[in-house]
Amino acid sequence: MASNKKYWKSVEELNEDSTIVKALRENEFVTEIPTDEFLGNKEALESSSTTRRDFLKYVGFTTAAATLAACEGPVIKSIPYVVQPDEIVPGIANYYASTMADGFDFANILVKTREGRPIKIERNDLAVNGGSVNARVHASVLSLYDKNRLTGPMLDGAEVTWPEFDTAVAQKMNEMTGKDIVLLTQTFASPSTSKLISEFTAKYPNIRHVVYDTVSCSGALDAFQNKYGTRALPDYDFSKADVIVSVGADFLGDWQGGSYSKGYAQGRVPKNGKMSRHIQFEANLTLTGAKADKRVPATPSQQLEILKALTGGSASGLPENIADAVNKAKAQLQKAGSKALLVTSLPDTASQTMALNFNANSEAMDANKPLLTRQASNTEVMNVVNGVISGSVKGLITVGVDPIYSLPNSKEFTEGYKKLEMTLAFAMKQDATASLAKMVAATPHYLESWGDAQIKKGTYSLAQPTIRPLFNTRQFQDSVLQWTGNTQKYYDYIKENWTASMLAGGSWNQALHDGFIASDVEMTMEEVKPTAEGTGMMEEGTSNGALSAFMQEGGYDLTLYTSTGLGDGQQANNPWLQELPDPITRTAWDNFLTVSAADAEALDLENIHVSNGALNGSYVNVKVGNTVVENVPVIIQPGQAKGSVGLALGYGNTAPGIQKEMQTGVNAYALYQNFSDIQKVSIEKVGGMHEFASVQLQSTMAGRSEDIIKETTLEIFNTKDSRFWNSVPVTDYDHSPISVRDKKADIWSPFDETVGPHFNLSIDLNACTGCGACVIACHAENNVPVVGKEEVRKFRDMHWLRIDRYYSAGESFKEEIETLENLPAFDTYKVVEVPAYENPQVAFQPVMCQHCNHAPCETVCPVAATSHGRQGQNQMAYNRCVGTRYCANNCPYKVRRFNWFLYNENDEFDYNMNNDLGRMVLNPDVVVRSRGVMEKCSMCIQMTQKTILDAKRDGRAIKDGEFHTACSSACETGAMVFGDVNDKESEVAKMKEDKRMYHLLENVGTKPNVFYHAMIKNTTEA
Amino acid sequence: MKKVNFIHLRSKLPLLLLVFLLTFSTTIYSQEAPAEAEAAPAEATANTGGDVAAGEALFKANCAACHKLDGKAVGPELRGVADKHDREWMYKWIHNSSALIASGDPTAVKLFEENNKVLMTPFPALSETDIDNILAYTSQPKAAPTPIVGGETAGAATATGGGVSNGLVLGALALIFLLLVIMLFLVTNTLKRIAEANGVVYEEEEKEKRLPVWKAFVQNQFLVLVVSIFLILSAGYFAYGYMMQVGVDQGYAPVQPIHYSHKIHAGDNQIDCNFCHSSARKSKTSGIPSLNVCMNCHKNISEVAPETATEEYSKEFYDGEIAKLYKAVGWDAAEQKYTGKTEPVKWVRIHNLPDFVYFNHSQHVTVAGIECQKCHGQIQEMEVVEQFAPLTMGWCISCHRETNVNLENNEYYAKIHEELSKKYGVEKLTIAEMGGLECGKCHY
Repeated sequence: MASNKKYWKSVEELNEDSTIVKALRENEFVTEIPTDEFLGNKEALESSSTTRRDFLKYVGFTTAAATLAACEGPVIKSIPYVVQPDEIVPGIANYYASTMADGFDFANILVKTREGRPIKIERNDLAVNGGSVNARVHASVLSLYDKNRLTGPMLDGAEVTWPEFDTAVAQKMNEMTGKDIVLLTQTFASPSTSKLISEFTAKYPNIRHVVYDTVSCSGALDAFQNKYGTRALPDYDFSKADVIVSVGADFLGDWQGGSYSKGYAQGRVPKNGKMSRHIQFEANLTLTGAKADKRVPATPSQQLEILKALTGGSASGLPENIADAVNKAKAQLQKAGSKALLVTSLPDTASQTMALNFNANSEAMDANKPLLTRQASNTEVMNVVNGVISGSVKGLITVGVDPIYSLPNSKEFTEGYKKLEMTLAFAMKQDATASLAKMVAATPHYLESWGDAQIKKGTYSLAQPTIRPLFNTRQFQDSVLQWTGNTQKYYDYIKENWTASMLAGGSWNQALHDGFIASDVEMTMEEVKPTAEGTGMMEEGTSNGALSAFMQEGGYDLTLYTSTGLGDGQQANNPWLQELPDPITRTAWDNFLTVSAADAEALDLENIHVSNGALNGSYVNVKVGNTVVENVPVIIQPGQAKGSVGLALGYGNTAPGIQKEMQTGVNAYALYQNFSDIQKVSIEKVGGMHEFASVQLQSTMAGRSEDIIKETTLEIFNTKDSRFWNSVPVTDYDHSPISVRDKKADIWSPFDETVGPHFNLSIDLNACTGCGACVIACHAENNVPVVGKEEVRKFRDMHWLRIDRYYSAGESFKEEIETLENLPAFDTYKVVEVPAYENPQVAFQPVMCQHCNHAPCETVCPVAATSHGRQGQNQMAYNRCVGTRYCANNCPYKVRRFNWFLYNENDEFDYNMNNDLGRMVLNPDVVVRSRGVMEKCSMCIQMTQKTILDAKRDGRAIKDGEFHTACSSACETGAMVFGDVNDKESEVAKMKEDKRMYHLLENVGTKPNVFYHAMIKNTTEA
Repeated sequence: MKKVNFIHLRSKLPLLLLVFLLTFSTTIYSQEAPAEAEAAPAEATANTGGDVAAGEALFKANCAACHKLDGKAVGPELRGVADKHDREWMYKWIHNSSALIASGDPTAVKLFEENNKVLMTPFPALSETDIDNILAYTSQPKAAPTPIVGGETAGAATATGGGVSNGLVLGALALIFLLLVIMLFLVTNTLKRIAEANGVVYEEEEKEKRLPVWKAFVQNQFLVLVVSIFLILSAGYFAYGYMMQVGVDQGYAPVQPIHYSHKIHAGDNQIDCNFCHSSARKSKTSGIPSLNVCMNCHKNISEVAPETATEEYSKEFYDGEIAKLYKAVGWDAAEQKYTGKTEPVKWVRIHNLPDFVYFNHSQHVTVAGIECQKCHGQIQEMEVVEQFAPLTMGWCISCHRETNVNLENNEYYAKIHEELSKKYGVEKLTIAEMGGLECGKCHY
C-alpha cells in the first residue's frame, strides 16, 4: 500500500480547527485588496481636498499627457567602445575561473560576465578539491555591487588619496617602531599572501600576524595539529562511508567549512540496493539532522556523553532512548569497520581528538591532504584581545575581519581599541571596526582582485579580477607590497611565486584558465605559531575550562550556529541572502531563538499565526554569565532537544556600513564566549510579540496532502514492488479504476511533444539537502526581485523556486504507518503528530513551476498570456499579462508569483534594483518585470534557447548534458538533473524510467514536466 | 527623458540649403578650370620622362598603403618627391632603405628620424623604370581643386528655381481665383441691394413652406442611423489606425553625431556589412562598431575622393565628418599618432525593440542566412539610415509564417525536420511549423 503518512509544514496545520490554515488552503491570496476599507472610510474621503470633479480632471489630464508622451519615442543613445577589447563581444557572456576565499567560504568558481560585468557565479567543475559553492557564494556577486561599499581610503573619517594614505601609514609605522602591533587577519589559505605577510613582518619586526576566524574551529585544528603536525582540518569523503554518525556536526551546513554535501549525497542515493546509514545526535534541528535516517535530539551536555560512549565509554548515564540509540549506533559503527565515520562539532580539543582517533582507520577521512580553510587559534586570538583591552598591544591592523562586531566581549574590546595608538582596518564597507579605525584602507571585492588559495593540501586555486575596480580601492596584498618597498603588483608577485614552485614548469595561462591545479609541490605556508600547542595538549586545558562551566546544572544549553543565508555575517548587506528563507524554519530576514515545544510551554512562550497566516513570536532575553542579549524573538521548533535552544550568529550588525533594512536580528556573537558554540544560558520572557517573515504556512497546495512527498525505507524499496511504495494514483473510468497515466483518464487532447527537445527536470528527494544554492542561482539568473521583510510576511515573496520543508511523525516510516493504520475511527491525525513535535521526520522538496503538459493556468488566462511550448515549457508572456491572477488561483502547486508592486526603481523597495550599481547584476537576457504582472519559473528558457542556438550555429546535434537550468547547474549534490527526454540516451530520460519517479500531485492529472524521485531512508537498526 | 521631433528635419534641410545657395551662388566661371587641369599632366610627363599611367598603377599597388600624394600618412607626402632627392639616391632608398640608413647616409638618417623611426618596406622588385614611372606620377602638379561646389550650386539653383516658380505660378493663380470669388460675392451683394432699392420683392413665403434639408434629414431616422453607423465605423477605423502606429517608428532617421554614410561604405565601396557589424554573426546584437574598427581604414583615409561629393553633401562636409571621427578616437592626423584623448560617440539608436522582446541577430544572419537588407532595407543606398521595417510583432510573425527554415547542412535540424515534415506532410517547413510562433521563443 502507498504511504498515507501525513505531512505538515507548520504546527498550526495540525490544529484541525484552525481557521487560518483553512483560509490559506482556499485562497492563494489571503489578503483582500483593501478597496472597501479605503472607499468605505467616509471621513477620510470627505476630509480629502480632492473633489470628485477635481479627481476626474486629474484623471483626464494624466491620461491625455500620457497619450501625448507616448506618441514620441524617447531618444536612446548607443555608445560603442572606442577600442573594443578583443575578448568582449556585446551580447556574449564570458566565463572566468576564479576563487572565493573570504575567510568563511572557500570555493572554486566560474564567473559569468556580460559586457565586462560579473553577473553570476557558477560552479567550476574542473576543480576537485571540494570547496562548496553554496548559497552565499552564489550571492556574493551581488555584494560586489553593494552601494554601501567604501569608495576610497580614509584617514580619521575623511577620504584621501592613496599616496596620502601611504604617507600617513609610513609615518605611523615609524612612530610605532618597537611597539607591539598585531596584524589580525582572516584565514587566507593563500600561499602567496602567506609569503608576503612573512616578508612584511620581517621588515617590521614589531608586527606579528594572528589569524582570527570569526567562527572558530580551533578545537578541531588543535586536535589535528597534535596528531598529525599540521594545523589543518581533516577532509572527509562521505561517499566512502557506509555508516555515518554525527554528534552535533552539521556537515551539510557550515561545519568545519562545509562542502561535504556532494560526497554525502552520492552515498545517499540507493545504488544496487545499498545506501549509507546516517545517525545524527543533535540539539538544533539542522539540515544534516533533517536528512538523517535516524535523528536523536540531544542537548550539548548529552552530546559530550554520547561521544564518549561511542568512542569506548559507557552510555549508562544517558536517558534510555538516547542510550539505546547510542548502543545501536556503536554496534553499527563497529560493524562497518573502515567504512564508518564519526564526526562531531563539540568545540573542545578532547572531543575532536576522540573523533579523530576513531576515524584514524576510516577510508572516509583524508588526513594526508587536509583542508586549510581555518587557521585561527583561540588562545592566540584571546591573547590579542586581552592585549588590546589591557593596553599591552599598541596597534591593530585588521584584514577581512570585524572584531568589534564579532568578539563576545566587544564592549571592553571597543574601549581598548579606541585607546590604541594605531588602528588600521582593511575593509570593504564601513563595518563596526572600520567605523572606529583611524585609518581605513578600502579593499576591493574578491571579483576585483587577484589571489591564490590552497583550499586543500595538494591543490592550488587562482583568483582573478573579472571587472576593473568600481571604486578607488586597493587590495590588502598590494598595500603590503607598497609598504614593504616592493614595486611589484600582486599579480606579478603571484605569478612569480607560482612559476617558481607549484606550476613546476606548467603553463601559467592554463592554470589561470582552469583556476585550479593539482600539484604535490609543498608550499611553505606561514605556520600559526604553536604558542598553545607547545605543550601538547595545553589547548585542551583552556577549552575544557570553558566546557567545565558548561557542565554546570541548570539553565538551557544554547547551540550557536551559522545560518544558511548569512553564515558568519560578512554579507549582511546582501538582500538576496537576507530574503533566502531559512531551510528549516522557512523564516527570512531574522535570526531567532529556537525552543522546543516543552520548554516553550514551561517558559510561557508562544508562536501565533495572525489572520493572514503571518507568524508572531514572543521575545526573550538570553543571558550568559553577565552578558545579556535582549529581545530575542522565539520560534518553537519541532525537533529541538528539550532543554536546549539555538540561535544563529551573523545577524544584528548595526554598523553604519550596513543598510538600515539589512540590520536584522540580534547579534549573537555576544554569547560566543571563549569562542565556544555551546553555552549555558538562562532565558527570561519579556513583553511584546515579534513579527516574523515566515513562509512556512504559504503555498499549502490547497490542502492536498497525497502525492506530495513519497518515501519509503530501503528495506521495502529493495524487497517490494514499486506499486507498493510508489503507486500511481488511480481514477474512475467507466466505473472501474484506471491509472491516471492511462490515456483514457485524460479529457485533454495531448500536445505533440515528440519532435525536437522536450525538457524535463528531475529532482531527487534523497539527494536534496535543502541548501538553497538553487534558490539564489535562480534569483541571479532570472532577475527575481527582493521584496523585503514586510512583503515576505504577507507571503508575497517572489522566489520562482522554493524549497518546501515537510515534517511528519514517527521514528521510522514503518512505525508511522502502523500507528496510522491502528488509528481509532474519528480520531484525528493530531493524536499521532503532536508527540512528533519532539522529533519529526523532515523532507525537503524544491518546488518550481511544474511545466504541466495539461496546465490549469493556461486554460484560465483571459488574455492567453501563458501558453504551452512544444519543448515542454509553460511560457509566460509578461507584456501580455493583465494581472487577473486567475492562473495563480488555478495552479495546484502554488508556484506563480504576482508583482504586487514595482520592485525596481522604487524607493519603497530600496534593494539592489533601486540603484544603478545594484542593477549591474541584472541578467540582460531576461526582462525585469513590472508591477501588476504574474511571473514564474520559465525553466530557464533563455538558457535552453541559447544552447539550441549555439548548436544551430555550429550545425550540430545537441549532446546530453548541454541543456541546463540555473538551478540544475547550481545543484552540487546532483539532486537536480535537467535535459531532453526525447533523447532516450540522456540521463534525465533514464531517470524518468526509474522506479522511484513520481509526479507532484499526479492525481490532479496535470502531467508535469518536473518529476521527483521518492525519498528512501535506510532504517537498518543493526 | 529628452525628446526630439525628428520627422521634419530632413524636409527642412533642403530648404535651408536652398536659402544658403540662393544667397551665395556665383556661378559663372566654372567651365574653364578643368581644361587647365587637363593640360597639366601632359606637361609633367614631358618633364620626367616616365609613364604616368603605369606609375599611377604602381603607386596604388605598392605605395598607397603608407603614402599619400598630398599630406603625411605613415610616410611623408610624395608629391614632388623627385625634385627633393637625387634620382640615384632614390633608387637606393626604395630598393633598400634600411641599408641606406645603416650606411649612415645623412639624408636617409634624417628622413628616418623625421618619420617616427618607422622603416620603409624595401621594394627590391621594382625596376628603375618602374621607379621612374612612379616618380613621374608623383611629379604631377596638384590638380587645381575642381570647383564642383560652384557647378553644383548653379545646377541646384536652376533645378530648385524651377520648382519654386511652379509654386509661385500656382500661388498666383490661387490668389487670382480667390480675388475673383470675393469680387463675385461683392457683385451679387451690390446687385441685391440695388434690386431691393428698386423694390423687387423675393418670394420668401414659399421658401418657409419647404422643409430645410437638415430637418428632413433629422426626421428620417433610417438615414440618421446609417450615417451614424458609418461615422462611428470610420472614426473607429481611423482611431485604430492612429493608435496602431503609436510607438512604431518606421522611417525614423535621426541626425547622428557623425554623418556616417552607409551609401559610401556599403554601396559605393561595397564593404560587407559583417566587416564592421561582425558580432551579428555570433551574438544577439549586431553591434555598433567600435571606433578602432573605423580606424582600420580611416587611419589612411583622411579625406574623401572628390567624386564622392554629391549635390547635397560637399567634399568639405565629408572631410569634416572624418575629422569628427579623428577627434572622437583621439587621432592626430598631422602627427600620425593617437593622443589618448577620446570622446566616445553617442550614436542615436534607430532600431529599438522593447525590453520584453528577445531578438538574436546570429539566429537570423548565421543560421537562417537572411540578408541584412530583408529587415533593414536597401541600406547600401541610404545616405542617412532610417528604420525600414515597422518592427511590430505582426511584421515578425508574418515573416515567420512565410519563410522556410534553412535546413541545409545543419545537423541540428536533420532529425527534427524528418519528424516534422512527416507530421505536417510537407517538404519544406516554415518557421511557424518549427515552433517559431510560440510566445516564449521571444518573450522571456
